[in-house]
Amino acid sequence: MPAVAAAARAGERDREVRKRWRRASHLALWALSLTPAAVTLVDAFTGRLGVNPIETLTDRTGWWAIFHLLLTLAVTPLRRITGWHWLVRYRRQLGLGAFVYASLHLGVYAFLDLGLDLSHLVEDVLERPFMTIGFTAWLILLALAVTSTDGWIRRLGRRWAALHRLVYPAAGLVSLHFVWGQKTLQAEPLVFTGAFALLLGARVVFALRRRARGGPEPGRRGTAPLSERA
Amino acid sequence: MPSILNRLLKVPEDEVTPEELYLSRRTFMRAAASLVVGTAAAAALGQGAGAADDELRGLGDTDERWTDYEAITTYNNFYEFGYDKSDPSRLSGDFVTDPWSVTVGGLVENPGTYSLEEIVSQFEIERRVYRLRCVEAWSMVIPWNGFMLRDLIELLVPKPEARYVRFEAVFRPEQMPGQRRELLPFPYVEGLRMDEAMNPLTFMATGIYDKPLKNANGAPIRLVVPWKYGFKSIKSIVKIDFVAEQPRNTWNVVAPHEYGFYANVNPNVDHPRWSQRTERRIGEFRRRETLMFNGYGELVAHMYEGMDLVRNF
Repeated sequence: MPAVAAAARAGERDREVRKRWRRASHLALWALSLTPAAVTLVDAFTGRLGVNPIETLTDRTGWWAIFHLLLTLAVTPLRRITGWHWLVRYRRQLGLGAFVYASLHLGVYAFLDLGLDLSHLVEDVLERPFMTIGFTAWLILLALAVTSTDGWIRRLGRRWAALHRLVYPAAGLVSLHFVWGQKTLQAEPLVFTGAFALLLGARVVFALRRRARGGPEPGRRGTAPLSERA
Repeated sequence: MPSILNRLLKVPEDEVTPEELYLSRRTFMRAAASLVVGTAAAAALGQGAGAADDELRGLGDTDERWTDYEAITTYNNFYEFGYDKSDPSRLSGDFVTDPWSVTVGGLVENPGTYSLEEIVSQFEIERRVYRLRCVEAWSMVIPWNGFMLRDLIELLVPKPEARYVRFEAVFRPEQMPGQRRELLPFPYVEGLRMDEAMNPLTFMATGIYDKPLKNANGAPIRLVVPWKYGFKSIKSIVKIDFVAEQPRNTWNVVAPHEYGFYANVNPNVDHPRWSQRTERRIGEFRRRETLMFNGYGELVAHMYEGMDLVRNF
């Protein structure tokens, strides 16, 4: 049956091509995600970080961390509204992007700003709520990044989804950290906070609708959608 | 003296006799001196201006490296123009500083509105190289040009009941974008206790690096109080009032648990959100230790003897 064999071969080829494209799209997204870091690095070496370079580094890395976190949380509502279910494939990667920038943010503070003065860092985290909440948010992102692998998804099973809902408290802490980090109430941090609230609100609305329709709870459908594990 | 005074004070010769002035000035000096616990400042006050001022030239000068002019003029907190530190230099182009006048009022013998030229022409402009420590934990070394506030105060002759000096900055929303956005409750207000105002370190600046003040730095005339956090050094002053009650300064109104009236540089009293133990000198990589009273303790610590500086932060 040469026709069937040919069809199977064609299907195989198709899958292979699609897989390659998918991999390329992830690489492209990483390239896009890390562009601000690359630009900043170039700025650093060409003296374009302004009068107080360490402050600029801290501000920029913090901004890109919260931006990635916002994109991560926007995936699900956007998917529901637009029906673009393929979006979910990039959610985990965006979350990792947030972790990368949050780590750079903390790293700049600890290594460059404080010059690794550990007692100063510990004092900050323990005694200053503004610092405590920022550090707590980073710890949450760390836990989520570590458990973001396929292996951990399998190992944790249903608990994985529960654990990764910690991204919501993290978003709350990050918003507060950003608003509080300013000397007066500033528009930008409030816009981010409002956006997080909106995204969270959208999820609540979706959940209520689902319940009204008697549909399954989101957690019951398994852990991460299969499409994301691909 | 009378002719200089009259020129400054814009009053006809026959309305003010030198004797009266002299007496009221003496009264004020005694009052001021009694407020000052210490020695150096009190002695200087007792001698009056003139000879003593010569000895005070360059008082408190640091021989540390001056911060780059570019940094001093482009990295500023001046909310009248905007929130970002680059806003004052970028957005102050419309700000008009000529003509300029300062209105003096309150508990003072010589109230009135004086043009900047009238004020400045009374004094020999000198240079003071001071450290500036911002409450945000960065610092600079700035060569200011100007004159001692105490010399101006002596000409204005506060009444004995005057215990504080209240300063007000300019309010011109049409020229100041940050005021249009109402970033703070404007006009910006600051204040000093009379002995702080009379301290020979307290300076009225009209220039930096031997050039007239840039708009971003508080042109055309601003206060410089080097042992206090930068926000005490109010910019673009249009009003000076002598008052009996402690004025509410703007940052204290906005965030009373974060910013006090005294705002003395103090490595042992932290800001709620960050430590004040160290600071970054602009242009340097490593942080340095912050000094008590920004390193001017010898000249100012006596004013706060017996005061709880944790409560009066």
